[in-house]
Amino acid sequence: MDRVLNFLASPAMKIVLLAAGILFPLVASSEYQIYVMALAFIWAIAVYGLNIITGYCGQLNLAHGGFFAIGAYAVGLLTVDYGWAFWPAFIAAGVIGAVLGFLVGIVSLRLKEHYFAIFTLCVGFIIYLLIEKWEELTHGTLGVISIAPPEGFGLVDFTETIPFYYLVLFFLVLAIWLISRISRSLVGRTFLAIRISDDLAQSLGINLMRNKVLAFVLSTTYAGLAGALLAGVVRFIGPDLAEITHTFDVITYLLVGGIGTLMGPLVGTLLITWITQAVQSFEEYRMIVFGPLLVVLVIFMPRGIVGTFLTWRGRRLASKAPAKQSASRVENKNSEEAGTHG
Amino acid sequence: MAEQPLLKISNLTKRFGGLAAVNDVSVTFEAGKINAIIGPNGAGKTTFFNLVAGAMPPSDGTIEFQGMDVTGMSPDRIARLGIARTFQTTMLFEQSTVLDNLIVGHRLRTQSRLWDVIINSKRLRDEEKKCRARAAEVLDFVGLSHLANRFILDISQEERKRVAFALAMATDPELVLLDEPAGGINPEETENLASLIRKMVRHGISVCLIEHKMDMIMSLADKIMVLDHGEKIAEGTPEQIKNDPVVIEAYLGSDEDVEA
Repeated sequence: MDRVLNFLASPAMKIVLLAAGILFPLVASSEYQIYVMALAFIWAIAVYGLNIITGYCGQLNLAHGGFFAIGAYAVGLLTVDYGWAFWPAFIAAGVIGAVLGFLVGIVSLRLKEHYFAIFTLCVGFIIYLLIEKWEELTHGTLGVISIAPPEGFGLVDFTETIPFYYLVLFFLVLAIWLISRISRSLVGRTFLAIRISDDLAQSLGINLMRNKVLAFVLSTTYAGLAGALLAGVVRFIGPDLAEITHTFDVITYLLVGGIGTLMGPLVGTLLITWITQAVQSFEEYRMIVFGPLLVVLVIFMPRGIVGTFLTWRGRRLASKAPAKQSASRVENKNSEEAGTHG
Repeated sequence: MAEQPLLKISNLTKRFGGLAAVNDVSVTFEAGKINAIIGPNGAGKTTFFNLVAGAMPPSDGTIEFQGMDVTGMSPDRIARLGIARTFQTTMLFEQSTVLDNLIVGHRLRTQSRLWDVIINSKRLRDEEKKCRARAAEVLDFVGLSHLANRFILDISQEERKRVAFALAMATDPELVLLDEPAGGINPEETENLASLIRKMVRHGISVCLIEHKMDMIMSLADKIMVLDHGEKIAEGTPEQIKNDPVVIEAYLGSDEDVEA
């Protein structure tokens, strides 16, 4: 039992996951499955972004889908209307996400808790309205058609599903790698202190505003880049991308997988994506299944699948630790692994 | 050199609308001492702490810490200057280990930014080592090294209080403000916490605490300030306070907390 648990939390598990990601196109039964997986990875990157501000830093940001749409529109409009190539537009999408995140952040983060959530809900809706109504800039309800795909530099063709899948996988791994580094670092611990309580964090000498804005900008940059990737694969986007439902989808992925954990966003996104695929014939009615499940999950597993697993394993390890008290090196090692970040 | 008080409070006032939660309080606390603030519920004790720690700006009056005017400074700056605090309800990250909770305590003495994290700079690695070492040190100080890898979920209320002390200690403070450190724990544990507080003072940290447990206060404090309805009604040694008729009337004589 313990060996299984330890394996699931070990670095080897990450290599297994990576290998699974690389081998997936070989075992997938259709190109459609690979396409679905690539889309899931893109959403997972967005979920990782939300996890920074909401999971680690504890500020419920309801404008996340809006920033995702901004990233997608940045690529769409820059490539279609201004003739940019994909990659410069992709970088611009990240920069725009960061700059707008900063501007929204320095205002909205002055508010706390529910007020912040409601404010960002409004920001998300304003983004939606701007995209839908500002026709001169965004083409309004017509959307943006024939967006440039990522250039393959003559090596690969990213309009093909499989190369694009690997491209997205690359960015996903990069995204997770950066978060894993941040979450284990003093910067991540600073976010976590803010999540426990603003007052506590301040009493520990932490500058609230600076750190919250940093977390917010990181999250909107992730959202912008994820949106940019989406624009590069679907090649057609409309204002519905900025609808609040996408924000709630992302929050659902995060809650199911494990808020504030490293692997939670991936687990939640993949799980729900594939369950959704499986029950696609139910269409809207699938919410009858998802709704109650989510309620049960939030009540009994507030830290999601990964968080519950980590807590359970960590406590299990800790309860056994006194038995081998001399092994202080083992203990130190455990503390690094069993920490909050898994 | 003339003795400079650690903390010099002059005419401190905090009004919420028409209510003066703290009203014209002047007091000095000396370094290396245990200072206690007592008073009935709603006397303004926690508000007084919040003002000293910078959690809210005073309506009037000044606060000088080590000769420096810190009135109206943000709480994180005040923390960096050397005032740490604990809260009435211990706030810790439950689903994490004791040691993990403490590492961030020394964050304010470090410089690493996001860029250091991305490139994994030497500064970051050194500072993380330093924070980890400091966490282990303060955990040892409060006598909980054996619980380093336990989850907060799995430790007792008294142990949590100690972890909160340790977290405050990790900031390298000159002065620690303890808000009801013995709230919700039994008499024996209270005695243990009292000795921990004495130990902090022996190690050069000055303490200021709010407490309802009279036995603890009377044996622990060097100096007591009594607040009632936001006003300072008495100040002195435990002996003086015990015999002060004003205090007896306003507080000891009329409040059931005495027995607590």
